[in-house]
Amino acid sequence: MAEKTGLYSVKFKEGINIKSVSSIGGTKEAEGPLSKAFDITTNDNLYGEKSWEKAEAKFLKKAFDTALEKGTLPPKKLSYVLAGDLQNQTAASCYAAEGLHIPFFGLYGACSTFGESLSLGAALIDGGWGNYVLCGASSHFCAAEKQFRFPLELGSQRPQTATTTVTGAGAAVLSKEGSEPVITAVTTGRIVDLSITDANNMGAAMAGAAAEVILNHFKDFGTTAEDYDRIFTGDLGYVGSELLYELLYEKGCDIKAKHRDCGIMIYDRDKQDTHSGGSGCACSAMVFSHIFKKLLTGEYKKILFAPTGALMNTTSVSQGQNIMGISHLLKIESRG
Amino acid sequence: MGKRDILKPKDEYEKMVKAASPKSPLFKNCLRAFVSGGIICCIGQFLMNVFSTFGVVTESRNMLVSIILIGVASLLTGLGFYSKIGKFCGAGSIVPITGFSNSVTAPAVEFKKEGFVLGLGAKIFTVAGPVILYGTLSSILVGIIYYFVR
Repeated sequence: MAEKTGLYSVKFKEGINIKSVSSIGGTKEAEGPLSKAFDITTNDNLYGEKSWEKAEAKFLKKAFDTALEKGTLPPKKLSYVLAGDLQNQTAASCYAAEGLHIPFFGLYGACSTFGESLSLGAALIDGGWGNYVLCGASSHFCAAEKQFRFPLELGSQRPQTATTTVTGAGAAVLSKEGSEPVITAVTTGRIVDLSITDANNMGAAMAGAAAEVILNHFKDFGTTAEDYDRIFTGDLGYVGSELLYELLYEKGCDIKAKHRDCGIMIYDRDKQDTHSGGSGCACSAMVFSHIFKKLLTGEYKKILFAPTGALMNTTSVSQGQNIMGISHLLKIESRG
Repeated sequence: MGKRDILKPKDEYEKMVKAASPKSPLFKNCLRAFVSGGIICCIGQFLMNVFSTFGVVTESRNMLVSIILIGVASLLTGLGFYSKIGKFCGAGSIVPITGFSNSVTAPAVEFKKEGFVLGLGAKIFTVAGPVILYGTLSSILVGIIYYFVR
């Protein structure tokens, strides 16, 4: 059973097993430094579909199927599917989950969605709602640009603080029993408002949320950065990571040596012209494949994984409202 | 629940963000915009001169040059080249009439998938709309002033 620890955390005594993990990426992700860690990459960002939106749903569906295949689990054994994306009303997840015929919870945590789905999936399994839960998240550069910014073919320059939305999807099967790496604790983030209104600097909007959830985790468990092999954040990018270090440093906490950001890891900034790094739900969801491999081999024994999200929509930004930050943290340990 | 000690005054965090954010390469961007914008205008002038050697009257000449520049920019947008030109040139390819053409064609291409009426038709002026509205309004204003002071 889960045990409430401190103010913001929950500890799972037995741990929630991560049975299998999958990832699928588009062209830019295939050209990036982590391409080998992804199960499937395609050089067709439309993925054989007629629109970016449909392609994103297909990416997520493929990630679902691949995770189930890798876990040699027939879909009917699943109790729940938890997924989210960036499209209005999380359309991609709904279309992707349609064919599974499994009870579905649609989630929205912006780019922190994968962390949110793993947190809630673990809670469901721990609470006895089922033995297998499928978690997933997706994003698509073109669909996100269309919805949140400008048409793709508009000839404009992006500021250096802007990030590049990752095209692809990631999924994970959580199970009650197994011999794979386990989620041993969850620290849930609060909404953090640091008065950022610039939608081209989402790293700055999310850095506070990441800093707070990491600090809260340390407080709840009485640990420091030294107790973990790595601390991963979702998509703070170069700008957000720098701010994260500063915010934590002010609180007497230095995580720089242990910290890696999925948004920085997924692209090569110099060769791929991605400015501050990658972002989007798929960013942390796909990089998790890479992290999971290292947990399986035992290279990492104990890590923190904290996807980060910038919460806003085009209306709230147009009305000059602040962009809210959120981050969901999971502690994951290898069995080795 | 616990203290929110990560929160801080807006101006304090703003300073941190400013220091952490790399600036756009202003000089390089200005230089590129100056040269590329100049080249586009030179092309326009070149066309103008060609038409005048063929004896086309001034009014038709102006019109023809605009139509050609708009047409070519629109075609380049549809073929996917203009966004690359725009990334390199910045304001150099936004300010001339070709930029306006791009800002109309880009949404048209993007929203075609939602149909010709509710997609393309409804969204074609999402970028250029404000320019058209306030351009028209200010020309009316200038016209009224001109009427009284000429």
